Amino acid sequence: MYALLAWTWVRAAAQYPVSLGLMVVATAAITGLDALAIVLLFAHAESIAGFRAEEVLFLYGTSALSFALSDCVLGTADRLGEHVRNGTLDAMLVRPVSPLVQVATEEFTPRRVGKLVPAALVLAFALPRLEADWTPGRAAMIPLMVAAGTAIFAGLWVMVGAAQFFLVESHGATKAITYGGAFLTQYPPTMFARDLVRGATFVVPLAFVNWQPALYVLDRPDPLGLPDAARFASPAVALAVCAAAALAWRAGLRRYRSTGS
Amino acid sequence: MGGDEGGGAMIVAERVGKSFTVRARRDGRRRRVRTAVRAVDDVSFTVGRGEFVGYLGPNGAGKSTTIKMLTGILTASSGTLRVCGLDPSRRRTTLARRIGVVFGQRTTLWWDLPLRDSLALVRKLYGVEPEAHRTRLAELTGLLELGPFLDTPVRQLSLGQRMRGDLAAALLHDPELLVLDEPTIGLDVVSKTTVREFLARTNAERGTTILLTTHDLGDIERLCRRVMIIDRGRLAFDGGLGELRRTVDADRMLVVELARPGPPITVDGAGPERVAAERTEGPRQWLRLPRSANAAAVVAAIARDHDVRDIALREAGIEDVLAGLYRGEHAYVAPGAAEPGAPGAGSAEALAAE
Repeated sequence: MYALLAWTWVRAAAQYPVSLGLMVVATAAITGLDALAIVLLFAHAESIAGFRAEEVLFLYGTSALSFALSDCVLGTADRLGEHVRNGTLDAMLVRPVSPLVQVATEEFTPRRVGKLVPAALVLAFALPRLEADWTPGRAAMIPLMVAAGTAIFAGLWVMVGAAQFFLVESHGATKAITYGGAFLTQYPPTMFARDLVRGATFVVPLAFVNWQPALYVLDRPDPLGLPDAARFASPAVALAVCAAAALAWRAGLRRYRSTGS
Repeated sequence: MGGDEGGGAMIVAERVGKSFTVRARRDGRRRRVRTAVRAVDDVSFTVGRGEFVGYLGPNGAGKSTTIKMLTGILTASSGTLRVCGLDPSRRRTTLARRIGVVFGQRTTLWWDLPLRDSLALVRKLYGVEPEAHRTRLAELTGLLELGPFLDTPVRQLSLGQRMRGDLAAALLHDPELLVLDEPTIGLDVVSKTTVREFLARTNAERGTTILLTTHDLGDIERLCRRVMIIDRGRLAFDGGLGELRRTVDADRMLVVELARPGPPITVDGAGPERVAAERTEGPRQWLRLPRSANAAAVVAAIARDHDVRDIALREAGIEDVLAGLYRGEHAYVAPGAAEPGAPGAGSAEALAAE
């Protein structure tokens, strides 16, 4: 159903072929430059906060890829607030498809997929340069952490969307959690104040997007000194975040008040 | 769950209420005060299969709130509600497959897609078989005259065309219940007629139950056999159109045209009250006659005392009746208001039997 709606939006965008063409060209150019800038920047720095350049790129790549994947699928979930304000959510609610799917596929364009490119390039650049001990467990951790990270970010998107039911004018504030979280996890945890790292571990569990599993892959000590089990907790944390997001979404729908017509 | 499916009732509402907390700043106070507003208060009614019901009320009376509870958009704060035997807010998506909803104020179609593609997407959303879809689409295209603009993007459609497109989208999956929130708002006379004829046919030929809110009394007089009126959140009337006129005990209006302009006419002793002109316009005067007044005696008295050129007695139109209701001029006793006890008790039994 998601794919069907997404395809419909792509076709709708094709109603304006010139605009679509320009958009694709612009996106390709920007994402290419983006990836190049990151690689150049880190290729010239020896180390950041005790992490070697390729390790930082590895963190950057996993976080950015997880974020881009979740953004691609659910990134417009925080537009829910607009639909609540405009009353267009009502029309979505009378269709037999979850309004979350309807909001998330809204204005789906090939451009969204374009955001995956720089993240994937950076990760592809960093992985062969890592001086890690590549046991099967460590190798398997890479796709697993990207998947868990995507699920965590996806859960955050849904929560941010659900928050719009309660705080109708919170668009900017909620973006801090998603975009801010993406920024945070693109750099090593040792770069930030300890309290911020604690917050990103226990309040909004961003640490499990890539910091914790990366500590396992890179075989490094935890700056917070958590038990080793935490390094493998990402899938469980992802499940918990998604469950909490589902509950928040349901609670939001039940509280929805609509607008006068 | 399925216990009440077989019954003839399409909608059963029992003491349904919806309250909103409104935070408003009171004058002179800095803190906002929370107040509970009861948008819908203890509303009970039953709509049977195949009925065509008009749902009326002034702005802000609770019409849209009721519609939104029926379709599962809003969750009722109290009471029980069953639509097609389902609890609308808990089984919203299941219910969505069985009902069609049209909001006159906003479209449910995709703005940038041609109407044909919008309808094709609706088919997929509702999982209608391609074969059934083709027949139904052809039928709807004919009835609603969609042909000329099927390939036009929705954003370029006129309001009348868009409304017809919305109606087609709401009926493609052949719902049992069609809920319309002000479907004729802003339409020109021709579009209104097309829409009304279409709705009448849908109700008569397919047996689709239709519930419609409107401010257009033409809709009510042409289409609805039954009228429900909600006022300040409470069901004020539930019954037939004729019954409504009788219940409200509509006044009659006597229009007198005198030979020359004069002071307002007053007539005493024609009934329990004194009758006086409530409006004068040159030689014309309007006198409101209560039901209890003897029209013949009033006319005779006026003819005796004044130089009358013409005289006409008008029954109140449905508009006057409603205006009177909304203004609260009449202490109306709604026959329907006493009734909900009956279906209410019936459903309580049905629930107990489950």
